[in-house]
Amino acid sequence: METLDQIKSRIEGAFPGAALQIIPNESAAQQPSLVVDNASAFAVARWLRDDPALRLDYCSNVSGVDWLPAETTTKTKVKKLVNGVEQEVEEVTKTARPGYLEAVYHLYSMSLKHGPVILRLRTLDRAEQNQVPSLTPLWRGAEFQEREIYDLFGIRFDGHPDLRRILMWDGFVDHPMRKDYVEPDDYDYEPTPHDEVLEKAQKHQGTEVSA
Amino acid sequence: MSELLEAPAAGSVTAAPRNYEILPKPTDDGEVGGDLLEVAMGPHHPSTHGVFRMDVVLDGEQVVKLKPVFGYLHRNHEKIAENTTYLASMPYTDRLDYLCSMTNNWAYALSVERLTGLQPPERAEYIRVITAELTRLVNHTCLVGFLLQDMGALGTPLMYAFREREIILDLFESLTGSRMMCNYMRFGGCRVDLPVGWLDQARSALDGYEEFLETFQKFLTENEILVARSQGIGVLPPELAISASITGPMLRASGVNYDLRKVDKYGIYDRFDFRVPLGDHGDVYDRYMIRVLEMQESVKILRQALRDIPGGPIVDPKAKIRGFRPKAGEAYGRIECPKGELGFYLISDGSPNPYRYRVRPPSLINLTVLEDMCLGQTVADAVIILGSVDIVLGEVDR
Amino acid sequence: MDEGLRSELSKQGVFTTKLTDLYNWGRKNSVWPLQFGLACCAIEMIATTMARYDLARFGAEVFRPSPRQADLMIVAGTVTKKMAPQVVRLYNQMPEPKYVIAMGACAISGGPFKQGYNVLKGIDRFIPVDVHIPGCPPRPEALIHAFMLLQKKIYAQTFTGAARPRFLDPAAPSEFPVPAFGEHDLVPPSNPAIWRAPKFDREEG
Repeated sequence: METLDQIKSRIEGAFPGAALQIIPNESAAQQPSLVVDNASAFAVARWLRDDPALRLDYCSNVSGVDWLPAETTTKTKVKKLVNGVEQEVEEVTKTARPGYLEAVYHLYSMSLKHGPVILRLRTLDRAEQNQVPSLTPLWRGAEFQEREIYDLFGIRFDGHPDLRRILMWDGFVDHPMRKDYVEPDDYDYEPTPHDEVLEKAQKHQGTEVSA
Repeated sequence: MSELLEAPAAGSVTAAPRNYEILPKPTDDGEVGGDLLEVAMGPHHPSTHGVFRMDVVLDGEQVVKLKPVFGYLHRNHEKIAENTTYLASMPYTDRLDYLCSMTNNWAYALSVERLTGLQPPERAEYIRVITAELTRLVNHTCLVGFLLQDMGALGTPLMYAFREREIILDLFESLTGSRMMCNYMRFGGCRVDLPVGWLDQARSALDGYEEFLETFQKFLTENEILVARSQGIGVLPPELAISASITGPMLRASGVNYDLRKVDKYGIYDRFDFRVPLGDHGDVYDRYMIRVLEMQESVKILRQALRDIPGGPIVDPKAKIRGFRPKAGEAYGRIECPKGELGFYLISDGSPNPYRYRVRPPSLINLTVLEDMCLGQTVADAVIILGSVDIVLGEVDR
Repeated sequence: MDEGLRSELSKQGVFTTKLTDLYNWGRKNSVWPLQFGLACCAIEMIATTMARYDLARFGAEVFRPSPRQADLMIVAGTVTKKMAPQVVRLYNQMPEPKYVIAMGACAISGGPFKQGYNVLKGIDRFIPVDVHIPGCPPRPEALIHAFMLLQKKIYAQTFTGAARPRFLDPAAPSEFPVPAFGEHDLVPPSNPAIWRAPKFDREEG
């Protein structure tokens, strides 16, 4: 199979407006992935499915990932004139990255038996602008997985035929797989001498006493 | 009744536009509207293999709409795994598909090995193949027993299936200390070496198994009732199967040659001589037969593995138990578990806990086409179609 | 009856017993469990009824799919919050006298999945449990042991007096309120009438 760079340049040839970005993967797996902007994601995905050299007809896995807002610090060495002498000074720049939600698609080809090509779709933020296009019309195998991501992460998939909760009950309000989810406080009785749990249990008993 | 859905054309690759309205909850006496009857089968129902629920709309005895409802066994495996260390999730993987703990272990270990670059030594690879194929035998035997129970062969085939299962569970127990929840594999190898005499015990168990398979075949495969009940029922066309990401025996029963043991050649599967059985009708009978044939192929693999297994260490010396922190990155590893493709998607941020831990559950995804297979069939057939999909709820809901 | 007379009579071929004993003997040997599996433990429950362990020896092989025909509910597996109302409803539908075995760590306390947001921390928060079996999953022998404990309990039940069992007490409830789904959790999260958090003090240091 072609490398992801080759695929990327071919996509750019086919869709000049598409904004693509390769996410390198430092782990031993060597599975880099491709971020596609939401506007052209559906067309790019269809192209990946139908292209005769790729034929990615099998969408194996769809996962949601929650990325909290983060601050990255980068240190750059800059040459500066300090007291008339040129010196190398470390400059720390802090860039705040807004949080976003991500849907990761692992695509394989059953007919050509290769893969994976990993597609990532990103929402703009974690609150209102949480839509990405649904790829269920292209691969039906994504149907339940996208529903699960909607349920547990709160990504809205535009164009999904049946987007409703799948694992939690209908009246549930939160998205429990998000990193900042606060679980219900039912630590009434915790005999386990396990630090974290014990702390929660004591907190629970404390609130009960004060209330 | 015209507002209810029409059956989508079988074989349509993309999802046909369908009526996806949520069904109203049935009242206690079963809601009757016109000629249609709406039934909630499950979550407590003897034929749903656990706490699975199907909301079925029936016209007489024919299924006109079927919606699976999940979540009754959603026990937050992924969330728990993200709050604990890599190794601590290993026993939880046992409880995903609780009939096949060994293959679950392997899939997770393989993903972490992909993430970190650990390489299990030769002997460990052989032990993994042996235990995984034994697991496949257990799973397929139980599935056949349950499927026949759904068809009305109450008790007897299941009784024999569980008798054989106990023999293999004895092997697992002497190896790992537990019957069902083996928790046996480790990143870069296996937990303990085989006990003395285990290989001989396994060989003799295999002899008995072959005998059992022959008997089973003789009594069942051409059984008139089985054939009448299952042939032409629940047909799944190959195009739809590929589009809906169906994997495992269900996919191969539809005639698509895709077995990860051949495609990915993970572990050491390229060393064994075995064939991939394929069906050509994609009905319940084919799915039943594929399992029977796969069991025979598994026996073949086991014979070769038990013959060739070398001595040596069982864990990669680079593997660390304490302070295990993979460097930042991600990996997707997948194996051919008895139900289909079981994958683990891991994102590491360099801390001892995985940042994202995702299970790709074959049982859940294989249910995508349940409605397509059941439409137009009778409700009794819907039961055996579900049985032939082979689901375990621990994996469907996780 | 005097024990000496009784043994003398039995030597003569006359069998004597109390009506209560006869009645309980019959009850304890024909307990029909509900065919009801939740998770992993259900597979061990099935294995218990199958060839090697053979629960039929105890008169309990007749697993009934309908709660109306069952005497014993074996809660075999993790009870999730989504499933808990159904479990309580099934319990309510069973006729008296009814018994509950909580099989496995999950049914007792949530077990390994206790930290899950959708896992109920023990079924005894909503229905009374007669026998708990630890294990994850308990071996079939453990289930048989629990079953024998239950048989002992049934056999020891008297029908009059203050120690009579719950189902003969008209004031004791036979059905329990079914929890509702709330926005984050079940409402109520436990039934205070049958479950209260045990007082638990840990010594300092």
